[in-house]
Amino acid sequence: MNVLNFVNAFFSDGAHWHGYDGIPTRLAEHVQYSLIALAIAAAVALPVGLVTGHYGRGGNALALIATAGRALPSFGLLVLMVILVGFGMVPVMVPLVVLAVPPILVTTYEALRSVDPSPVDAARGMGMHESRILFRVEVPVALPLILSGLRSAAIQIVSTATIAAYIGVGGLGRYIIDGLYQRDYEKVVGGATLVAVLALATLGVFWGAARVAVSPGVRRGA
Amino acid sequence: MIRIDSVTKRYPDGTVAVDRLSLEIPDRSITVLVGPSGCGKTTTLRMINRMVEPSEGRILLDGADIREQPVNTLRRSMGYVIQNAGLFQHRTILDNIATVPRLLGWNRQRARARAAELMERVGLDSSLAKRYPYQLSGGQQQRVGVARALAADPPVLLMDEPFSAVDPVVRKGLQEELLRIQDELGKTIVFVTHDIDEAIKLGTMVAVLRTGGRLAQYAPPAELLTAPADDFVEDFLGTDRGIRRLSFFASSALELKTSPIVAVDSTAEQIATRGAGDTPYLLVTDLDGRPLGWAEPGELTAGEIDPGRLLPYGRPFEHGQESLRAALDGAVLSPTGWAVGVDGSGRVVGVVSQQTIGEAIRGAHAEGAAVAAGTEAEVSG
Ligand SMILES: Nc1ncnc2c1ncn2[C@@H]1O[C@H](COP(=O)(O)OP(=O)(O)OP(=O)(O)O)[C@@H](O)[C@H]1O
Ligand SMILES: [Mg+2]
Repeated sequence: MNVLNFVNAFFSDGAHWHGYDGIPTRLAEHVQYSLIALAIAAAVALPVGLVTGHYGRGGNALALIATAGRALPSFGLLVLMVILVGFGMVPVMVPLVVLAVPPILVTTYEALRSVDPSPVDAARGMGMHESRILFRVEVPVALPLILSGLRSAAIQIVSTATIAAYIGVGGLGRYIIDGLYQRDYEKVVGGATLVAVLALATLGVFWGAARVAVSPGVRRGA
Repeated sequence: MIRIDSVTKRYPDGTVAVDRLSLEIPDRSITVLVGPSGCGKTTTLRMINRMVEPSEGRILLDGADIREQPVNTLRRSMGYVIQNAGLFQHRTILDNIATVPRLLGWNRQRARARAAELMERVGLDSSLAKRYPYQLSGGQQQRVGVARALAADPPVLLMDEPFSAVDPVVRKGLQEELLRIQDELGKTIVFVTHDIDEAIKLGTMVAVLRTGGRLAQYAPPAELLTAPADDFVEDFLGTDRGIRRLSFFASSALELKTSPIVAVDSTAEQIATRGAGDTPYLLVTDLDGRPLGWAEPGELTAGEIDPGRLLPYGRPFEHGQESLRAALDGAVLSPTGWAVGVDGSGRVVGVVSQQTIGEAIRGAHAEGAAVAAGTEAEVSG
């Protein structure tokens, strides 16, 4: 069996391009799940990472939470959530968020800790408020690292969001799960390819964001 | 005036960094805190802008306890310069300097105009304005640090080893720049260094601290060199404090001789007349009156003087501007034992022998008591 043939066959089949099981729909669902999960994870992890990193406290607690988060198997969590709350979006979001929080949290904390302390000292000495020091002095310098934490979280979410299909919701996972069930390997390979392409596109988005958001004074060498 | 009133700082781990320190820091002058590593200089400085809070005692600014105003208001009224400058690497040079004006609510345009003005003041080319800190040399970054601290025109400037991370030549340039800026702006500067030469060069008053954060001596530099309070201060000043002290006596006290000077185009008669004086050598100058070198009168033939064969004249001193130390240095450097005095444009105004300089030094030492009593006799060089 030739993988390229499968890919070719999958994408050239006109039936795969429209309808509720068409590529645009599945792709949009997948992107939507991923964005929501990333947004929730960032909303939880970024503030905690920024504040603990700024004050340099709680690093050990963070490491503990991160390890615990990583140790939880996403699929197990999915099943557990279904048992607890039933079917729907919540059981999908919980494992994805749990997956994404540790890299964002730990990288943000480390990013802030790695900021050169002397500009921070200078800023405090010239009478800047702590919040302004955090957002105007530390974050701009820590941004490349913070973005890299978000990026690895996003990539993991994109590849893991396929599990949504196990409990009957959409996303690119449908092709893989349904394909396996129907022994339609063309579909499986096509779905996997789409997930990979989406992951690459995610990398591209973060690369672009870093180009735009990171100051040229910080970007050199990074 | 800043008054440090019996201040003690005990860190939570029990370290006593500053021990019952009292200092009166005069307005519009440079007060230097100097001492060995760990003696509490930084701690003292940082208590003035409340980056560190004293455990005991208080600090008064113009008579009022510094704790009476909001901490950020206090800090914005004091420029703060640290080692390695601590520039914001994500901001351009111009925006780095504009930081405090922006904090004070100036609009961007006005803050940037002010920053451009400051760049000029500290000797930074305007072409650097749009650069980022990593594109500057260490010396330039340090200038940006000073400009940033001056941007909102604060009356007080706190500087913590601002020049210690640059090489000696750049450091000398920065020190001279600081003295020049201080002449123009008249800030109240508290300057921390561990380099006693820097302290003596920059300080109007110098506070020598000893390990454990106690004050060893607080005096003008000339007095420090003349009358160190104890063995610790004397040790800290180093071996050649006698010579260094000469920096504080003006060379204008020296009587220069003009008789042993001949121009390179002198006639045989002129050479003979001048050579008949009581000096063993004649100084030959070019047609502009700049020194060329020394020669014995018998070796000079009118019209055939070869500047390449004259004896070196050492380093000339600027008469009246530079100190007795520069004059003595010039005399020691010349094989003839005579120093050459020049004016601001390098033309010879006269020569002086080591012996005459020696007499002037003895006279100056007699005057030393007066200096120790606080007379201003500071001369550059
Ligand atoms: N945050 C702190 N906690 C505990 N001890 C401290 C702290 N900061 C400084 N010290 C101690 O206080 C003493 C004085 O420190 P300080 O930084 O004021 O010295 P310094 O004179 O500036 O030295 P240097 O020339 O090395 O910069 C030192 O013994 C130092 O170890
Ligand atoms: Mg220090």
